[in-house]
Amino acid sequence: MPWDEGLVNSLVYEGPDPSEGRVLGYVKAVNEALALAMEHDPSVFVLGQGVDDPSAMFGTTRGLQERFGNDRVFDTPVAEESMTGVCTGAAMNGMRPVYMHNRPDFILLAFNQLVTHASKFHFMDNGQTNVPMVIWAAIGRGWGSGAQHSQAIQGLLLGVPGLRIVMPSTPADAKGLLLSAIADNNPVLVFEHRWLMKKDGIVPEGFYQVPLGKGAYRRRGRDITIVGASHAIELARQAAEQLEQEGIDAEVIDLRTLKPLDEAIIEESVSKTGRLLVVDTGWQSGGVCAEIGCLAAEKWWHLLKAPVRRIGLPDIPTPAGFALEQFYYPGVDRMKSVIRSMLDG
Amino acid sequence: MVFERPEFPTLVDNIAEELSVIRYGYRGTGFADWKDRDLPQTPAFCTSLLRDMIRIREIEEEIERRYHQDQMKTPIHLVIGQEAASVGFCSALTRDDLLYSGHRTHGAYLAKGGDLRAMLCEMHCRINGCAGSRGGSMHLIDKSVGMAGTSAIVGGAVPISAGAALALKMKGSDRLAAVFLGDAATEEGVVAETLNFAALKRLPLVFLCENNFYSVQSPLFTRQPVRDIHKWAASHGVESVQVDGMNVLDVHDATAAAVERARHGGGATFIEAIVYRYRAHGGAGDDSKTGYRSLEEVREWERVDPVTTYGEFLKERRLVSEDDVAQMHAESRREVGEAFEFALASPEPTEKDLYTHVYSD
Repeated sequence: MPWDEGLVNSLVYEGPDPSEGRVLGYVKAVNEALALAMEHDPSVFVLGQGVDDPSAMFGTTRGLQERFGNDRVFDTPVAEESMTGVCTGAAMNGMRPVYMHNRPDFILLAFNQLVTHASKFHFMDNGQTNVPMVIWAAIGRGWGSGAQHSQAIQGLLLGVPGLRIVMPSTPADAKGLLLSAIADNNPVLVFEHRWLMKKDGIVPEGFYQVPLGKGAYRRRGRDITIVGASHAIELARQAAEQLEQEGIDAEVIDLRTLKPLDEAIIEESVSKTGRLLVVDTGWQSGGVCAEIGCLAAEKWWHLLKAPVRRIGLPDIPTPAGFALEQFYYPGVDRMKSVIRSMLDG
Repeated sequence: MVFERPEFPTLVDNIAEELSVIRYGYRGTGFADWKDRDLPQTPAFCTSLLRDMIRIREIEEEIERRYHQDQMKTPIHLVIGQEAASVGFCSALTRDDLLYSGHRTHGAYLAKGGDLRAMLCEMHCRINGCAGSRGGSMHLIDKSVGMAGTSAIVGGAVPISAGAALALKMKGSDRLAAVFLGDAATEEGVVAETLNFAALKRLPLVFLCENNFYSVQSPLFTRQPVRDIHKWAASHGVESVQVDGMNVLDVHDATAAAVERARHGGGATFIEAIVYRYRAHGGAGDDSKTGYRSLEEVREWERVDPVTTYGEFLKERRLVSEDDVAQMHAESRREVGEAFEFALASPEPTEKDLYTHVYSD
C-alpha cells in the first residue's frame, strides 16, 4: 500500500556487518527467492493483484514478468475466492502457484476455498492428489491501516489441518522459507510483516531452503524464554537486548513457522529458564499465544517456575487513528515491563 | 425456455390445491428434432448411451432400495431423472479429461467411467472405496478415470475446475476440464468470478449447469429473478447455450461442440441443461408431499423420462429391440447385485488409516 511507504521508510533497523557476508534487503531477498523458484521449477507461477504493476507487490515481484513472461507472472481479477480455487485446481494438476496479496485481510474472502477445499483435498481423495500452493501476504500496521488493512489472521488458521503457516522475521529466512514453502507439497500460507520490509540482513547467495517446522535461537539466555515469530520477535529481541543492562538474561526463539510448530525448541528452552512469554502480531485470544500457552500447561507444567504470559493484540479491532494505535499495539516498553514482572515473582 | 414466476400464491390455505399446480413444466420437444438428423458417431455409440443411462438408473434405484438398511452411512443425492445430463455430457469427454462436480456425484462418476465396486465400497465406508472412506458419496474422487475433484459446498468445485483448465493450458495439453454445477451454484459469487476468469484466459473448460429448478426445497423463483441462466452466463463472455437436459443426444451434441471449441483454443462454454430430479434433494424417496412442489409436476417430467424416451427413440430407429433394452436392465441389475455383495464383504478401515494423507510428503 503506497500510503504506508513513508512509515515503513522511517523504520530504522541496524544494518548487519558486511564482513559476515552479502547484505541484502528483505524485499530483495523475497524477490530473489521467487526468481530462483521459477528458474528451478517450470511449474512455479506467480499471480496476484498488481504483481506486474509498477509497485510490484512492494517490489517483491519486480522484474519477474520481464524475465519469465506473462503466462507465468500475471495480474488477476479482483476475485480472491475464485482465484484461490484456481490455484487449488492448478496445484492439484501439476502446477505450483504462488498467489500474492497485499494484505492478509483479502485472504478472508477466500476462506471457503482455502479452509474447506485446498487444505482438505489430499485427505478427502485419500492421497490421490496434493495441493502444492503458496498464499503470500504482508501484515499491515500503522498510518491508518485500521480495522480492515492490518489484520494478522494466523490465529484463525492455526487450527486448520492440512495447512502450513510460515512467518519469517529476517531477510535470510524470508528467502529460505519461501523457497521451502514453494517446494512443499501442501498449501502454505506465508505471512510477511510490512514493518520488516526495510530490514537488511546477511542473505546467502543462490538456492537454499530453511526447513519448515524448525525454530531458531535469536538470543541465548538463562532467565526467561520468549517465543514468537515475525515482527513480534523483532520487538522481543529489542526488549531482550535492553533488559541485559538490568541484569535480565532473556532467551529469544523465533519459531519461523507456526504450523508445523517446533515444540522441541520451546521445551528445550523452558526446561532451562522455567519461564515462558509468548508473543504474536495477532489477537492473543484463541490464537498463537493461546495455543502455545495451552501446550505449556499440558506438557511443560513441571518445568515452569512462573505462570505463562502472552503479549498479542487485545480483543479489539485495530483502530485507524495514530493516538489509539499507541494504546493498541504492544511495544518494546510493554514487553519489558511484562518480562520484569515475570521475574519478580 | 424461460421459466416465469408462477402466478399462484406460495402460501395457500388449501395445500391440495397447490399440489396440483405444475410450476415448472417440460418445455422441450423430445426427440422430434432428431427424426431426420444424422445420429452422433456410430450406432454402437448411440446404443451405449442408452446402456449407460439404464445402468445408472438401475444402480441408483438399488441404492435407494437398500438405503433404509443403514449399511451405507453416507448422505446420498440420487441422480434419478437426470441421467441424460450425466451420460450426454461425459460421453463427449475422454477418460483423460478432468471432471469436477458438486455434491450430486453418482451419475458423474459412473458416466465418466468410474468403477461401480469402488463407488459402492466408498458408500459403505470401506477401505477399498475410491477415496478410502475419506470422501463418501459426495466425494467420489478417482484420478484413474479423470474424476478429479468434487465439492459439497455449492459452487465450490467450479473455480477448481478452472484451475485444472489453467494447468492443462499452461502445460500445452490437449486435454480439457469439465464441471457439473446446479442452478443454485449460479447464485454463488465464486461461479460468476470463475466465468469471468474462464473467459479472460480462454480456458479449455466446459461447464454443465443442471437446472432442475430446486435447491433442496427452494424453488428457483424464490432465489433468482426471471431470466435465463445461460444468458446470465453469456454476459461474462463465455459461449453459452441452453439444451433439453432430458434428451441425451441434445446434451451430447452441445457438449461435443463445446469440447471441440475448447480443444482448439476457442475457450470455455457454459451449457445450461434443463433437467428434473425425481427424488428428494438428499436421501431415498420423493419428498414432494411436504408441499414444496406438486406430485403432478413430478409426474409430468416422468412422462418424458430420459431413459424411456431415448429407448423408444432408438427402437423407432431400429437400433435396439425390446429384448435388447430388457437385457440392458437385467445386466445392470446383475452387476449392481454383485457389486453390493463385494462392498459388503470388503474390509473397514482401521484407526491407523485415519492419520494418513493429512499432509503430503
